[in-house]
Amino acid sequence: MYAAIGAGLAVIGAGLGIGQIGGKAVEAIARQPEAGGDIRANMILTAALVEGAALVAMVLSFFVAAPK
Amino acid sequence: MAEAAHTSTCGHSLSEEQEFNAGDNAVRHIADANAMQILGDVYFNLPIILQSADGWKVGTTAVFQAHHHGNGELSSDGYVLVHAAVMRIQDARFAQGEFKIDDYTHQDVQENGKDKTIYHAIIEGQCYRLDPKTTYDGGILGGGTTSFSDFSITRNVFTMLLTLVIFFFVFRRAANAATRTRGQAPKGLQNFIEPFYTFIRDEVAKPNIGPKYEKYMPYLLSAFFFILGLNLIGQIPFFPGGANVTGNISITIVLALITFIISTFSANRHFWEHTLWMPGVPAVLKIFILTPIEVLGVFLKPFTLLLRLFANITAGHIVIISFISLIFILGKTGTSVGGAAAGAAASIPLTLFMMTLELLVAFLQAFIFTMLSATYIGTAIEEPLHHIDHDTTEDQH
Repeated sequence: MYAAIGAGLAVIGAGLGIGQIGGKAVEAIARQPEAGGDIRANMILTAALVEGAALVAMVLSFFVAAPK
Repeated sequence: MAEAAHTSTCGHSLSEEQEFNAGDNAVRHIADANAMQILGDVYFNLPIILQSADGWKVGTTAVFQAHHHGNGELSSDGYVLVHAAVMRIQDARFAQGEFKIDDYTHQDVQENGKDKTIYHAIIEGQCYRLDPKTTYDGGILGGGTTSFSDFSITRNVFTMLLTLVIFFFVFRRAANAATRTRGQAPKGLQNFIEPFYTFIRDEVAKPNIGPKYEKYMPYLLSAFFFILGLNLIGQIPFFPGGANVTGNISITIVLALITFIISTFSANRHFWEHTLWMPGVPAVLKIFILTPIEVLGVFLKPFTLLLRLFANITAGHIVIISFISLIFILGKTGTSVGGAAAGAAASIPLTLFMMTLELLVAFLQAFIFTMLSATYIGTAIEEPLHHIDHDTTEDQH
């Protein structure tokens, strides 16, 4: 059960982080639409890195709760 | 009845009607198996290559005569098929020849303080303990060394070979078309593949690796299409798709290991200088804080690479399987039609949405893996722009 709580907390962190990244990226595109392509690429890269950190926590909780 | 009496001693029978266990079901679907389910009780038999103290056994899973849920009717040289996975009877009396299995049972026990699920085979009314295959993870996920090793062509290997064959023919055709129609506008399959190729070359390889990008293009393209193909095939719900390959940590470990080997062996002196003994920093800070962190980072970067791909794909598969399991949970394993209909009404839009998201995730994860590999290779081989003398106070920028 604690593994599920841990995974949920990790996802909260991921959600906050990626939400901020997305928000700032959209703001930046609104300010300068012609830089949209560069901003989009950087946003996706950074989101993947943040998500990777959250997924480390999720995988560890999966190991803790592994059946068998 | 003899079976009922033995059900109580060695656990719950696998063939009796039971409550639907969503967790076990999900894990079984994302795990590797030795036979691929085509429809219902029809299985596609894959080759088996098994090794134990009694020697090697090579054949196909047809020898087990698998029926309901992939449980084999016969044992062959001590091996049995339980839920489409090969297991071995611990008792040495059955190590040769074929024996008819009455039933299989499973039970949750505690061994050495850890919860485990153990399986028994019932032959002629007696329970015999079954061993799962050896897993080389040192027991982290409950595996460990058992009486046999499984080197078979499993679902995952079959899917990887299938992806290999498909992409071989696709790319050979596109490449032949490209050489044949040099200078003209591409059409057909070549037209479909070229945007991917130019995307990897112009957005991933050139900006991150720099002028020497051509040497690493084959690896980046291979990694991208391999991961993309495996992700997409894993999304197809029926045979020959449906095997969760990139969600298998062994596969992602190998992919990340290859990136690690390439970036480490391509690293030049400038990279090692800046990683291990960065100039311009006091020695105390370097020895105790910065160099350990940097060394840790060298290993941690491929580690996050593999975990990212593994967790994303596995999580997606588990969510989709859970949504579909809603039908079975609400329908109480087929006894309640109204519940099953309600489950279907709830689960179908959820599953469709999730599968769309999974398509996006498939492309995204392949792209992210490739881009991060390119970034790591790029930082390893980059030359300093010009010689910066950090030990003087003059800034030479």
